[in-house]
Amino acid sequence: MLSEIELRAEAGSGTLKRAPRCEWRDLGRLDYEAAFAIQRGLVEQRKRGEIADQFLIVEHPHTITLGRNGHMENLLAHEDLLARAGVAFHHTDRGGDITYHGPGQIVGYPILDLRAWNRDVGAYVRAMEQVIIDALADFGLAGERVPPMTGVWVAGAKIAAIGVHISRWVTSHGFALNVTTDLSYFQYIVPCGLVKPVTSMAALGVMARREEVIERLVDHFGRVFDREMTGEFIYD
Amino acid sequence: MTEVVMPQMGESIVEGTLTKWLKKPGDHVERDEPLFEISTDKVDTEIPSPAAGTLQEVLVEEGKTVGINTVVARIEDGAGNGAAPAKPAAAASAPPVQAPAPAPVAAPAPVAAPAEPAEVAGPLSPLVRKMARENNIDLSRVKGTGAGGRITKQDLEAYLGERPSPAAARPAVVPLQAPPAPSTYVPPAAPSQAKVRVEPMSVMRQKIAEHMVMSKRTSAHVTTIHRVDMTKVAKIWARQKEDFQARYGIQLTYLPFVVRAAVEALRTFPIVNASIEGTNILYHNDINIGIAVALENGLIVPVIRNADEKNVLGLQRAIVDLAARARSRQLKPDEVQGGTFSITNFGSFGSIVATPVINQPQVAILGVGAVTKEPVVIDDAIAIRSMCYLSLTFDHRLIDGALADQFTAKAKAVLENWSEEVL
Repeated sequence: MLSEIELRAEAGSGTLKRAPRCEWRDLGRLDYEAAFAIQRGLVEQRKRGEIADQFLIVEHPHTITLGRNGHMENLLAHEDLLARAGVAFHHTDRGGDITYHGPGQIVGYPILDLRAWNRDVGAYVRAMEQVIIDALADFGLAGERVPPMTGVWVAGAKIAAIGVHISRWVTSHGFALNVTTDLSYFQYIVPCGLVKPVTSMAALGVMARREEVIERLVDHFGRVFDREMTGEFIYD
Repeated sequence: MTEVVMPQMGESIVEGTLTKWLKKPGDHVERDEPLFEISTDKVDTEIPSPAAGTLQEVLVEEGKTVGINTVVARIEDGAGNGAAPAKPAAAASAPPVQAPAPAPVAAPAPVAAPAEPAEVAGPLSPLVRKMARENNIDLSRVKGTGAGGRITKQDLEAYLGERPSPAAARPAVVPLQAPPAPSTYVPPAAPSQAKVRVEPMSVMRQKIAEHMVMSKRTSAHVTTIHRVDMTKVAKIWARQKEDFQARYGIQLTYLPFVVRAAVEALRTFPIVNASIEGTNILYHNDINIGIAVALENGLIVPVIRNADEKNVLGLQRAIVDLAARARSRQLKPDEVQGGTFSITNFGSFGSIVATPVINQPQVAILGVGAVTKEPVVIDDAIAIRSMCYLSLTFDHRLIDGALADQFTAKAKAVLENWSEEVL
């Protein structure tokens, strides 16, 4: 076995200084509430410094969530109708207005201590957008920002939404990227209170596998946030 | 008196919306206890109190947007009357700076460099390493089929054969009109007017699919079925389940009895705890039993390590813990690896008999059917007994039918003549 130093030299990193570690995990399909409970646990552990930064990836069943400062009028369907359509509805403590989660969407929940990165929530959100833009570029899609809004757009349609919660500089919630999302579910809401079209990678002609997209996101996440990403797929 | 101000949450952020007061005027607040929440640019932030004391007045109501450093509240802390403005503890008091290197927990365990990630199982031969380097292969993506998942030259050749060319794998950014390079993408099925819905398989589903077919292709599957009289175990279970629950806080099921019986049989017939590598038989000294756990959209087989060192209580604890963490997605990668034998409890879903597929590279899997009361002939009389069918699927390449039946008969004998204390 080569020593680590040799490995580093082989990789051509040119420096032995190592980026802080960030553990990523794909939790597969999981209820919003179950994923929220996992996030809360990790946030507390992160605050106490017991664990490294985390990057959770999950896919939720059909769910609509409303942020703390969201507006119920952006929910276009009555909660009863949602229940009949098999869509869960949750109030939650992230920033942003209303959004939809469902199968075919990659939801990323970074749990980072921003004190170890940059105490700047604006920079954090821009960096998360950059991760998504760079990952989309790997699939030939030109993602872009539409200031002053938050999120990522392709050709004028929103492909990724962002909503974050911060407590003692530790982040939770994150982003939702539409890969093969059934966009018809967005009819129930005015996404983030914006009357703008939504899109997905599949709608733009890219049938990427979830795993491939996650790999690209993890890769760019490590680069953009300067973190050494460790983890592997054990669930879907 | 301490003045609480709207904190600056970042260089580019000049104002924030106060979304929620977590305390009311008159409430006591501890220093660093969350006092209010603000919203800036899709980010909600809890702001801790800069001081301990009584929240005297709230100057900015919920929903209002104010500039940074605006006083939003006053806290009576009994410390004189000079209203010294204090910034909330969490806010960066100086303009935000790129945090310096000392990351809190970031003294990382050794993690290999990108060229050869740590997840690669087993040592690598110089040839494999050279091939990987020359072809720029990320070895963590190559499935090893050698001993202990070790990557062989054949694995690399197979991987190179199926890998898309680097150019296709990473298409350059192209304008939207140009279709993306298709090689790694499954083209959407022809639009057939909603008669069919296309959804890519989850990674777990793909892995299960690959594993099942690979297993059927690899092993010569044969299943033998023994009928086991579980009456004795059922009586112990019925008598002790409440005490067990009260004493240990977990439910007692039949499964740990079956695991215990399988362990005894594996000790007696170590070849059932073996695996095949090429023309060698690998006998494993550890008995690590995988327990199949059904998930919402799939299946995972966490492993009870050194199952032979555990009694019924220890096994039941391990089963409950692994199953709960499997369902809440809290398993660690090494908890689903290294199994030497597997047990699948389809009886919990009502099945009486099934023929399970071997969990490669193992050579046998024991299926447990439901325990049901049945009329049974004993000494020419009909009795009602609690019966259960055990199905052993074995790899006939390595295990002959006679041995498979001796193995299953041993497990059956342990269950029928159960003699261990449970509580």
